[in-house]
Amino acid sequence: MEKKNLKGWLYLLPAILFLGVFMVYPLIDVFIYSFEEGYNSASGTSFGIGLYNYEYVLHDPYFLQALKNTLILVFITVPLSTLLALGISVGLASIKKLRNLFQTVYFLPYVTNTLAVGIVFMILFKPTAYTDGLVNIFLGMFGISPIDFIGGPYWAKMLVLCIYTVWVVMPFKILVLTGALASVREDYYNAARLDGTSSFRIFRKITLPMISPTLFYLVITGFIGAFKAYNDAVALFGTELNVAEMNTIVGYIYDRLYGEGGGYPSYASAAAIILFAIVLTITCINLLVSRKHVHY
Amino acid sequence: MKIVLDHLTKKFPNRNKKSDQDVVAVNSFTFEFPDGKLIGLLGPSGCGKSTTLNLISGLAAPTEGKIYFGDEDVTNLAPEHRGVGLVFQNYALYPHLTVLQNITFPLENLKGKEKLSRKERERRAYEIAHLVQIDGLMDRKPSELSGGQQQRVAIARALVKMPRVLLLDEPLSNLDARLRLQTREEIKRIQKETGITTVFVTHDQDEAMSISDMIVVMKDGVVQQIGAPQEVYDEPANLFVAKFLGTPPINVFEGTVRGGKLSIGGEEIMAVDGACDGDVYVGVRPEGFIPDEHGTLSCALSGVEIMGRDVSIVSAHPSSQNATVRAIVSAETRLDISAQSVCFSLKPSKTFLFDRRSEQSIPFTKDATGLFRRAVEKKLSE
Repeated sequence: MEKKNLKGWLYLLPAILFLGVFMVYPLIDVFIYSFEEGYNSASGTSFGIGLYNYEYVLHDPYFLQALKNTLILVFITVPLSTLLALGISVGLASIKKLRNLFQTVYFLPYVTNTLAVGIVFMILFKPTAYTDGLVNIFLGMFGISPIDFIGGPYWAKMLVLCIYTVWVVMPFKILVLTGALASVREDYYNAARLDGTSSFRIFRKITLPMISPTLFYLVITGFIGAFKAYNDAVALFGTELNVAEMNTIVGYIYDRLYGEGGGYPSYASAAAIILFAIVLTITCINLLVSRKHVHY
Repeated sequence: MKIVLDHLTKKFPNRNKKSDQDVVAVNSFTFEFPDGKLIGLLGPSGCGKSTTLNLISGLAAPTEGKIYFGDEDVTNLAPEHRGVGLVFQNYALYPHLTVLQNITFPLENLKGKEKLSRKERERRAYEIAHLVQIDGLMDRKPSELSGGQQQRVAIARALVKMPRVLLLDEPLSNLDARLRLQTREEIKRIQKETGITTVFVTHDQDEAMSISDMIVVMKDGVVQQIGAPQEVYDEPANLFVAKFLGTPPINVFEGTVRGGKLSIGGEEIMAVDGACDGDVYVGVRPEGFIPDEHGTLSCALSGVEIMGRDVSIVSAHPSSQNATVRAIVSAETRLDISAQSVCFSLKPSKTFLFDRRSEQSIPFTKDATGLFRRAVEKKLSE
């Protein structure tokens, strides 16, 4: 028995070593940094220990802006993309002809590079010397004056960021949901059909509960993913995110480390711990809700 | 409600794209299922019995032919308007709903005039649950039930909307042997109490024989024989039916008929008055052998299996189609186990002749007294 145990640990050793060095140690380190005031990574010294870093970050307008942006992004894009993906995958499941074609089309954004997609969005939204962008040309047909989606008002920029995020995260959700829908046994539908169940009721009472585990998986991972948003904003608005008022928490952390206002690992660590606390809370709430509503 | 099938045919396009020939799952099935009876559709897998069930339920549309419930033509009626209750092979109970919710599910679909109050729905659910004896389990989820209990819930769900016809697809295949015995009696009882015309599909001949009022034996989409279980067992229409029914299976020998005498392997066995001359298959039920030292069928004895109630004599015969010849005789029979061979005489009522080419049954006079008389004469002449 003892020997068997030893063997098990031996097999786990490489993974444990790597995780320890590259995950656990940095995590603990970040936690410590966040309490060390004025930590200097070059000299490895600090002035003292306290909550000053948190106080600073929580009063930093850039952080508050980033927090606001991130929260808007999370609470708009996660439900929206999940609902849209659900609608599309239910649609895909109910058609026979051209299903594969549509599946491919909907999955394309997933295999496309984020920055390449950014360029597509530029063409759609960014005004240049020659054009106001495709969307503005379209809006112009209804007599709406051109809006600067990239450098203009806050709501316009937020709208573009949300559309972009939804567009980027949806393919994966469609893929997973299509799989979940396909795994619901035909017999359930046949049984319900024999009983004269309307298709809306079949969807609400049978399909939805059956795929609820997948749905909640997508919501939870969606929330976590959206809280970590950064590269989407960069793809659209460039690296000067604070100027564009489009920064996210991860963007703020990066800036505090290496960006314009960089060189402050303590502030970055404190922001990272705050982000971690938010994500943890939201995930716990999600899990509590799902325990009530997810079957099996 | 009687069910009438009129030249019902279902063809599926061939999976093999090189072949234009359709796969005929059900071929011109014509039969009237009598009202209030339990009818078993029996056959090996792929014989079209499940397709027949799907056609009756409306989940599949026939290629040709008509289906009537009573006098009403339901061929083009959508399944939800046919008033059928279907119990699926794997029960298809909604796993996220409790037993009560599962049973009331069909009732919640009723609209307009038929709409029921919640109280009335539950009252009906409990009534049906009581009938199938699951009223103590109403708050459980299907995953918390045993296979047999799930089966009952599925039946209750099919019955609660008071269907005109109840259909069961392989109702016992997911149960263990012991539960199977118990549940099949239960199905019989429920069917009797409700009086609903019930059709069930099975590949297990034991199951079909034991509870059906009538069985339909199918093979390759073609109905082979229809009748009361005992009738089909005693008078199989062809070799397939004879082989398919009965455990242990029937023993088949190659034989010939010449001038009203049957011989197997050159030995004259018995008189078969009325049978035409020709090559035949001889089917003998295991219980059709009588160990008899003057018997005409001599087999090489390979062993005796004692099963308590009766004894199974295992032997071999060169003309036998089966690897072994198995005879079941009463436990009182005295047999010399050390002997090299065993001789049998055959009971004419348990012996069947089939044409070697068409495999159809050949009738002959089964005169039991004749056999006895001849046996006495034979003894006297010695």
